[in-house]
Amino acid sequence: MKELILDYIKREYLDADDAGDAPLTADTPLISSGIVDSFSMVSLKRFLEKQYAIRIPDEEATPQAFDTVTSIVGLVARHLPKTGA
Amino acid sequence: MNLHDARRRRRLSWEQAKRDLGYRDGDPLNLGRLCADRHVDEGRGERVALIHEDHEGQVRRYTFRDLMELSNGWARFLSDQASVCQLDRVCLFLDRTPELYAAFLGILKTGAIAEPLFPVFGEDALTARMLDSGAAAVITSRRHLGKLRRTRSRLPDLRTVVVVDAEPGGQGLRQGEMAFRMEDHRDARFSAAATHAESPSVLHYTSGTTGAPKGALHVHGSVFAQYLTSKVVLDIRDDDVYWCTADPGWVTGTSYGIIGPWSLGATQVVLDGGFSSERWYGTIERHRVSVWYTAPTAIRMLMKDGLDPVRRRDLSSLRHACSVGEPLNPEAVRWGREAFGLWFHDTFWQTETGAIVVTNLPGMPVKPGSMGRPFPAVEAAIVEPGTGVPIAEAGRVGLLAIRPPWPSLMRAYWNNTAAYYGKFLNGWYVSGDRASVDDDGYFWFCGRDDDVINTAGHLVGPFEVESALLEHPAVAESAAIGKPDPVSLEVVKAFVALRPGFEASEELELDIMNFVRKRLSPLAMPQEIAFVDRLPKTGSGKILRRMLRARELGQSAGDLSTMDGG
Repeated sequence: MKELILDYIKREYLDADDAGDAPLTADTPLISSGIVDSFSMVSLKRFLEKQYAIRIPDEEATPQAFDTVTSIVGLVARHLPKTGA
Repeated sequence: MNLHDARRRRRLSWEQAKRDLGYRDGDPLNLGRLCADRHVDEGRGERVALIHEDHEGQVRRYTFRDLMELSNGWARFLSDQASVCQLDRVCLFLDRTPELYAAFLGILKTGAIAEPLFPVFGEDALTARMLDSGAAAVITSRRHLGKLRRTRSRLPDLRTVVVVDAEPGGQGLRQGEMAFRMEDHRDARFSAAATHAESPSVLHYTSGTTGAPKGALHVHGSVFAQYLTSKVVLDIRDDDVYWCTADPGWVTGTSYGIIGPWSLGATQVVLDGGFSSERWYGTIERHRVSVWYTAPTAIRMLMKDGLDPVRRRDLSSLRHACSVGEPLNPEAVRWGREAFGLWFHDTFWQTETGAIVVTNLPGMPVKPGSMGRPFPAVEAAIVEPGTGVPIAEAGRVGLLAIRPPWPSLMRAYWNNTAAYYGKFLNGWYVSGDRASVDDDGYFWFCGRDDDVINTAGHLVGPFEVESALLEHPAVAESAAIGKPDPVSLEVVKAFVALRPGFEASEELELDIMNFVRKRLSPLAMPQEIAFVDRLPKTGSGKILRRMLRARELGQSAGDLSTMDGG
């Protein structure tokens, strides 16, 4: 999941032709560094909901929850259906 | 105008700003010099002008002497090496770095025109603005260079791209790109261009209902309005630490994020980074911010996080708070009172007005939800839309209008004289905002008189969004409206009819959203897309946005006798 979300953010929110940013990692701040802003969070949330067939309540879609890929993974995991016995 | 207003207006006029700034009519006037060098000349060179905090939390302080030397370095480089001439348009396409602020002043010192651009603009938004202005140069960073490179072939007037953080020796730069590291080029002396009050200074693009964005051109003499309103409305005093949260890509970020506070010689904070309530409260606490100028959307985002984060901080330094960009709802005013013990004072103005024109002054009783009363040096009224005749009756809705002239009124729309003159009616500048005035002279916003979308205090032109949508291969027809939103006032909602062979799906919706975001900006990205078979149009083929908006609000769309289809 982490790699998939990282790839998506690199593809959609970072400009492949641009330089000047350190390489994106799972712990790179996204919101506070300006890579993803509060408006763009809407499309990122939509992607996560579509990709993982979940619904993230608006009150949980906070800048803190979206600030790193690691925190996003945690948010998604909380909403995935429980599997197993 | 009642007797009270008349007395106040006599006491306060733009002449006071001229006197305070030591200006006599006809004197040379250069904003770059006035905001930096003047303070050094008058013995305030060691005073802190800028407390800059980057997104990693690193804090740097710059004095007015630093600002003078750094802006001199910019001015010398631009005129001697980048071949920038007086009246050239020089764009700033940067995050809120110190380079942005020093370069802004440096551009003005050369006599060129500064054209700030919002750093998240996509390629189409950039091209529309830079092509229209015929920009000769742009200052940027490596982070944004890719977008500029992809637009360059469409910008025949663009001669130079200046990169503020290029690799040593300019490694990796292409033809027409120059490296400039600001700190390596401090200059104690530069003879600023002998501009005057009516010399062009700043060009800010703003969106309208139809056509491409329009460039509102301001002049160096706008400072008389920005100075006086910063002093009287924002109430910035010598011992204050002031924080304007706006990006200089928008007019608030230049009029009140650069010119106003620095014409006063004030210390201001700049936070380069995205929003989070923790970060914002931390900024106020760390830097002992005392005067805060922010926006209703930001206040509503803070409200969402509740009072606990406020109570964990020492925000006792705050003594005055103002708001701008969109109507400040009464709940936000009351919440501000509970959270900070302060009233948020709403202010009203536009890119075209250049400075605050209607406002809640310090000490004036705040009526939550009202934008306040005309600034004492300004004459404002509610006028009839068709004739521009003032409406005397309290409570009746008309168009908010201001009597020209005032120092910061735009002097032109760049390349668009017809649109400029279209803003004036019966001797008034007509704002395009519907409002009413009550018996106490307080103004109340009722909505826009056109289809422009106000999202988080920023105007988005539906035409621009619709044009970008049409570039998507799946889209045959498009319309964009503002959908009411509890946080951002409005968000963009798009209506799309698909080309044959395409089917509506969640995946396509997301693809179209991202397409518009990258072409224009995150603000212009539709947050919702409705797929429709066809769009309602007039007999002449014009899309009936008002019908779509009325449907969205569950209202009657009025007279639709000329409608076709739908």
